[in-house]
Amino acid sequence: MATTTNRLGVDIGGTFTDVVLETDRGQFSTKVLTTYAAPEEAIIDGMGQVCAKAGIAASQIGQIIHGTTLATNALIERRGAKTALITTQGFRDTIEMRTESRFEQYDLNLELPEPLLPRQRRYTVAERVDASGNILIPLDLAEVERLVDRLAEAGYDSIAVGLLHSYANDVHERMIRDVLRDRMQDAMVSISSEVSPQMREYERFNTVVANAYIKPLMKSYLSRLEGRLRGEGVTCNIFLMHSGGGIISLENAAGFPVRLVESGPAGGAVFAAHIAARYGLDKVLSFDMGGTTAKICLIKHQTPKTSRVFEVARSYRFKKGSGMPISIPVIDMVEIGAGGGSLAHVDAMRQIRVGPESAGSEPGPACYGRGGDKPAVTDADLVLGKLDPENFAGGSIALHPDRSEQALTHVLGEVLEMDAGEAAFGLAEVVDENMANAARVHAVENGEDLSDYTMIAFGGAAPLHAGRLCEKLGVDRLLVPPGAGVGSAIGFLRAPFSFEANRSVYMRLSEFDPATITGLLEELRTEATGFVRNCDENAEILTEYKVYMRYAGQGWEIPIVLDAAQATAPDAKTFLALFEADYAKLFGRSVKGMDVEITVWSVNATTPPEHVARVDAAQAAGPATPTGQRPLFDPALAKMTTADVVRRADIGLGETVKGPAAITEDETTIILPASRGAIRQADGCIDITRTKDTP
Amino acid sequence: MNPSTVAYQVMWNRLISVVEEQAQALVRTAFSTSVREAGDLSAGVYDVDGNMLAQAVTGTPGHVNAMADAVAHFIRRIGRENIRAGDVYLTNNPWEGTGHLHDFTVVSPSFHKGRLAGFFACTAHVVDVGGRGFGADANSVYEEGLHVPIMHFAREGEVDETLLHLIRGNVREPGQVIGDLYALATCNEIGHRRLVDMMQEFALDDLSGIGGFIMENSRRATLERIKALPREVAEGAMTVDGFDRPITLKVRLTIEEDRIITDFAGSSPVDKKGINCPLVYAKAYACYALKCAIAPEIPNNAASLAPFEVTAPENTIVNAAHPAPVALRHIVGHFVPDAVYDALDKIIPGVVPAEGAGCLCNFQLSLRPAEGATGAVRAEVLSFNSGGSGARPAHDGLSSTAFPSGVMTMPVEATEHAGPVIIWRKELRPDSGGSGAQRGGLGQYMEVGAREGHEFDFSAMFDRVKHPARGRRGGGSGGATTIARDDGTEMRGKGKQFVPEGARVMLALPGGAGYGDVGQRDRAKVRRDLARGYISAECAARDYGLSETEIARVQEAVERGEEAQ
Repeated sequence: MATTTNRLGVDIGGTFTDVVLETDRGQFSTKVLTTYAAPEEAIIDGMGQVCAKAGIAASQIGQIIHGTTLATNALIERRGAKTALITTQGFRDTIEMRTESRFEQYDLNLELPEPLLPRQRRYTVAERVDASGNILIPLDLAEVERLVDRLAEAGYDSIAVGLLHSYANDVHERMIRDVLRDRMQDAMVSISSEVSPQMREYERFNTVVANAYIKPLMKSYLSRLEGRLRGEGVTCNIFLMHSGGGIISLENAAGFPVRLVESGPAGGAVFAAHIAARYGLDKVLSFDMGGTTAKICLIKHQTPKTSRVFEVARSYRFKKGSGMPISIPVIDMVEIGAGGGSLAHVDAMRQIRVGPESAGSEPGPACYGRGGDKPAVTDADLVLGKLDPENFAGGSIALHPDRSEQALTHVLGEVLEMDAGEAAFGLAEVVDENMANAARVHAVENGEDLSDYTMIAFGGAAPLHAGRLCEKLGVDRLLVPPGAGVGSAIGFLRAPFSFEANRSVYMRLSEFDPATITGLLEELRTEATGFVRNCDENAEILTEYKVYMRYAGQGWEIPIVLDAAQATAPDAKTFLALFEADYAKLFGRSVKGMDVEITVWSVNATTPPEHVARVDAAQAAGPATPTGQRPLFDPALAKMTTADVVRRADIGLGETVKGPAAITEDETTIILPASRGAIRQADGCIDITRTKDTP
Repeated sequence: MNPSTVAYQVMWNRLISVVEEQAQALVRTAFSTSVREAGDLSAGVYDVDGNMLAQAVTGTPGHVNAMADAVAHFIRRIGRENIRAGDVYLTNNPWEGTGHLHDFTVVSPSFHKGRLAGFFACTAHVVDVGGRGFGADANSVYEEGLHVPIMHFAREGEVDETLLHLIRGNVREPGQVIGDLYALATCNEIGHRRLVDMMQEFALDDLSGIGGFIMENSRRATLERIKALPREVAEGAMTVDGFDRPITLKVRLTIEEDRIITDFAGSSPVDKKGINCPLVYAKAYACYALKCAIAPEIPNNAASLAPFEVTAPENTIVNAAHPAPVALRHIVGHFVPDAVYDALDKIIPGVVPAEGAGCLCNFQLSLRPAEGATGAVRAEVLSFNSGGSGARPAHDGLSSTAFPSGVMTMPVEATEHAGPVIIWRKELRPDSGGSGAQRGGLGQYMEVGAREGHEFDFSAMFDRVKHPARGRRGGGSGGATTIARDDGTEMRGKGKQFVPEGARVMLALPGGAGYGDVGQRDRAKVRRDLARGYISAECAARDYGLSETEIARVQEAVERGEEAQ
């Protein structure tokens, strides 16, 4: 019989599908290769494995939570449905004209990414709403009907509707939807005022187009998946992880598939937030480094930072502006092209550059001995002693240090007159500095100082680099949780049912209208709560209110959190005081005598966070027993050291390890620089702190 | 190689990150639309002698390279002995800043352990500086607004309230302008804090070591590129509309072993109206054009810019002396790259693009209540838009995309919130890309009006009405700019013009020119262009020789939403 204690988390990633089963007898996980043609097959396979390990039947699973990169990949690979856009006359090309700028200023041969829909699939109708929501040109239903008949004739599977200022007045979009439902029953419809009711037409149109584009694909995948799971005897509910770090129902996910984009990384952030809660940490930097990219996220008060817009499918060295904007609530992360497979070269200024080009799994880094002849981050890690060539990936892949040295010498050393060791040092320092810079910029953008943060590291490559990153960022404490290799899937099991609804409505504080505000927030609350109710009819629901404010005239809003009292009985004075305090915190000062305006309103409905038992700090129980020693380069000391090698499994509760040291496990190795020491906590976390100053 | 060289590599990376943070802080706190939505700004760090060490990637080329020279002026004017920790200096001098009064450049000395370590500088376009308002109509710089010579904004942390009072009293949007000045000062402060962190981390007392490392590597890399070019001399020229008489830009490029000299001798004299360009701004765009073609990935700093020398006789339109009016100096400045490329193409063929729209297609609306209207307001609305860029040797031009400027357009929905304006149309302009083996980028159509009850002055800042972009190596011209009222009344490409209530301005912004012989164009691309409506059926038949059958086949595919293969 299905029981709520058996919960399954499934994360489909680019290479691996991670499956985690949690039962009252513990956690069981596996990684299987993602099956691109039919992704549900890997899930069935993985589920079978973990059920066998746990000794339960699929029918005994009480809840399945699924996150997937399929939506993201469909956008990147342009594998969506035959989709049309209906938009306002005069604005047919908004998604193609973008911001009218070049994201790389010095490349004369720059190519801009193609819009999701080519021009002949974008159609217009005469209608116009102004910025206040007034109708300037009424919609002509006969015209819409003629257009819809043409679209039906052309055989479109999915239709996006995006009209100017529809966030302020959605009546025309709804009228068009009704005609589509009436005359084109087989087509799926997405309207921008539902998918993303936010001001800024390029972002909103692109978001509704993306939603429409992947909707048939995701809907069919989700129903196939459900069918296959039922076929295996699964009886429980299946939920989906969304980009904002919460869970929605399968049905809602199929309606708004764009909300599934980046759900895997969101799970990673939720995982880190859960560890933060265990340790009562209010300021956490999560650091997830895999084979091709590193992701960094700020987690305050055990809640990952969120944003209203992000960019997917960056086509040019992860450069800002080279992808397409999606305006939905999302966990705010920086992602840079820095992973174990990232390749290095020397540029015209004789500077070592690393990434975003990656060796991938074929041929892989030079040390894999599969024909890779360019030095990757993993090659530098190997030469510096951070990896054991005999015991990589639990001994399943033999590494060849001589190939690494060759590649390092050939590509970097010969140009810069360095030996392989120095080249490896340079490469590792550059990639660590790149990640540190990304973290610093992200922190500054959010008005945060990282020096009182704790880092939580997961993903295959993160524990190798996290110690050095902490030195560079002045971060004193680092936690490496167990199960870090399947962190996102574990995170799914920690996520609440939640949905954030938001809308652009402009209001200056000088024209503050409490009645409108309470009405609007109530509307958003009802919408958000509806999504949560779809998952659970009885659960307690918490409501979080947020408004985005700025000085009138500015273009950058900052989020202001309201408590229930401030949201239900709003007054301008309180709003202003909250805004000024946050603004001063971010930018050092507030500006006197300027009117302040609210641009976006947001309500997040969520089930309460599960109670997290605190982990009591372990008492130091003496040093863990090393299995041996090996040479390890310490970048802060800029020299080779002799490091203890300790198996993670051998470290008992409260046992300590002193840097320099390498703590090994099958999936990864934790590198302890000379400046750090570690202790094993009760939940298996390796808790690393600064013991002496970095020189 | 010792570990300190690895450290220098790390530090150089860090400095670039520091100035990027500085720029991002400015984007987030600025009030001026051009900064916050359009990225019209620049930020950088300098050594104690005023040599630029690093500059933010965010920013636009005109500011970038012009600001490189500014700090030396500040050191000279303030006097090295008078520089104190906590000081902040500013100017909007067109000749010592970035070319017109609307740009304020703010410089802050950075002290570490009680000694001057370097400077931070940043520039932003503010919304108003008084005078006639932003436009071409002034006859001298005195009419263009308030001039603030290089002076203190703050002395040892104490802001000069008298200066603020004076500025407040002379500009149309005092809150926003003062807000922007503070934003500029704040972003330098953020850069300074991060620099001090870095100097502490690496135990540096000064920046001479890392500065030397940056300069040496940048200089060497740039010189290597120049050395690889043929030592030749070539001339180029381009004529554009100007205000009420055409302007010709003449360029003579001389490539020597260790430098490239760009000489504008023979260019048109200074104009009566505000489209003149101080040399610093023309130089900025000449350097930008050459760097794009020759050394695109070498970061901007004093050493990488030094080998690009630019000269022009005084009182030519690219070297306008005080008190010439210069408000719209960007128009001539944005045409400089096309003129430079006309010469460079003769030395290194197959690298540079055909001519494009060139200058940004900007306009400013001064809206006010029409007679007898109720509930109407006054507002100033500035809008940045782009025509098409020129076709490249192996790629089509970019449609409605700025080149050489690096700014973005504002969302129509944001513009309509900024004032009672209605943009009725903003979409691609078919057939405006010059034909060729590679097609020019398309321009765009715009229709601009006001909400009910408003009339407005339309300050036009367009060119290429009479001088469309010229094709390269046989490519066709781009579409010319057209501007008129919706009732057919003609309008001029430049200057302030009245638009009564209910009327609209109809704009067709210019396309980029084509590259290479049209007969060489890939037929599949011609069919694709027709299917997408980048070209009309007439154009496909006339310019590209598509047969009636082919056209019919494409049109039939389009009915199904497809592109004929």
